[in-house]
Amino acid sequence: MTLVVAPELWLLADSRLPTGGHAHSGGIEAAVRRGLVTGPDDVAAWLAGRVPTAGLVTAAAAAAACALVTVPVERRAPSVDLLGHGRPSPDPRPSPATWRGAPTGGSTERGGPSLESGDGDVDWARWDAAISARTPVAALRDVSRQQGRAMLRTVRAAWPHAPVDGLGARPHQALVLGVATRAAGGTPHDAAALAVHHLTGQVCSAAVRLLGLDPLALAGVHARALAAHGPVVGTAAEAGTAAAAARDPDLLPTATTPWPEVLAVLHARSEGALFAS
Amino acid sequence: MHDHPKPGRAVRIGIGGPVGCGKTALVAALCRALRDELSVAVVTNDIYTTEDADFLRREAVLDAERIVAVRTGCCPHTAIRDDVTANLDAVEDLVERFDPDLVLVESGGDNLTATFSYGLIDRQIFVVDTAGGDDVPRKGGPGVAGADLLVINKVDLGPLVGADTERMAADAAAVRDGKPTALVSVRTAPIPEVVDWVRAQVRVPA
Repeated sequence: MTLVVAPELWLLADSRLPTGGHAHSGGIEAAVRRGLVTGPDDVAAWLAGRVPTAGLVTAAAAAAACALVTVPVERRAPSVDLLGHGRPSPDPRPSPATWRGAPTGGSTERGGPSLESGDGDVDWARWDAAISARTPVAALRDVSRQQGRAMLRTVRAAWPHAPVDGLGARPHQALVLGVATRAAGGTPHDAAALAVHHLTGQVCSAAVRLLGLDPLALAGVHARALAAHGPVVGTAAEAGTAAAAARDPDLLPTATTPWPEVLAVLHARSEGALFAS
Repeated sequence: MHDHPKPGRAVRIGIGGPVGCGKTALVAALCRALRDELSVAVVTNDIYTTEDADFLRREAVLDAERIVAVRTGCCPHTAIRDDVTANLDAVEDLVERFDPDLVLVESGGDNLTATFSYGLIDRQIFVVDTAGGDDVPRKGGPGVAGADLLVINKVDLGPLVGADTERMAADAAAVRDGKPTALVSVRTAPIPEVVDWVRAQVRVPA
């Protein structure tokens, strides 16, 4: 069987997906305003500090949330053979009916099929609290919830069957991303990779706008950061999957970089900021 | 014309237009004219600061908590069109808190291509001004041509800046397919035609 990326996952990786991300700078605006970041190398250094710490925590939480939605999602070749080679394949995802009938039981609330099989016993509040505990400053917890609320709205529109009702109105974004990744046919590793991609993309895009940097140079920074931090994605995916398997959010990794956390507080209090964070 | 919003739901009107055309002054004037008969709330999208929101609060056109500012990450047009998330959050919070009849969403000053998504608002007003050049209506663009109401502001300055306001109105009419245009001077004269138009969008149940 050839493993392929579920087509809908590209939507979650696309910065044009309307989830409010364009208004956030991944913390770099506060550093730019203080002259701490002035060029592409500084942006790469910022990411080198942030991705393996706060990025790791977010990615692991997203992976865990993805793993906690227990419906098996087979990943096969897409049913449409774009290149005209080979035979058509079955639909890459189980039909909603399959989800409804999944062995762990499913919800058909509001008349529609749901992915919600198996997650009825997920205590999302514990996972949400675990992320809060790993996000030291209130400003960033709030930013995470703002973005979680936004992504929730997008997910409800794009994947109406995604089991997000248990997440509350303002969950941490990582949890929504994980569930959405699952709904889009992805794996915990995909969820972790998306979390890191979102962080690097936000930072690089904001750096271009704030400093007038060459967008091509920043595309290079983004690509190299994703390559360099591949192991972070792997670690996050393993840790998140293990925590989900043990149903123990305490197993999520813990790491941060204090200075960006302090800057995030200053940013939230500042006047004249362009980005929401 | 897009469908009218469901009864009982706050009507959302977007106000867009280039920098300095008088969007904030128009919002202030509308609030003053309508606040006694309607429950009104405002979302501002300053590009750089909370200045517009601060101005509106300072002018005390509404209770301060009915005016919220949204940060748009250097992209005011994205925030009203391609990704309206931050504005939707702000509008929904105001609706939850105040259950208003009318929410005005003022965009950050932008260019002539900036228009609101109807996923965010029900009606949009596009504002241009005589001092910005009397060729703007002729140039057209989505704002001038497509807005539900076009406001040509600062007609009092027309003679001083060499702008032919009659020509502006005629050029606008040529691209607006029958949709209304109002010629006003927001700072120096009442704007009954704009107020009446807004009032007509908010059909408050008897």
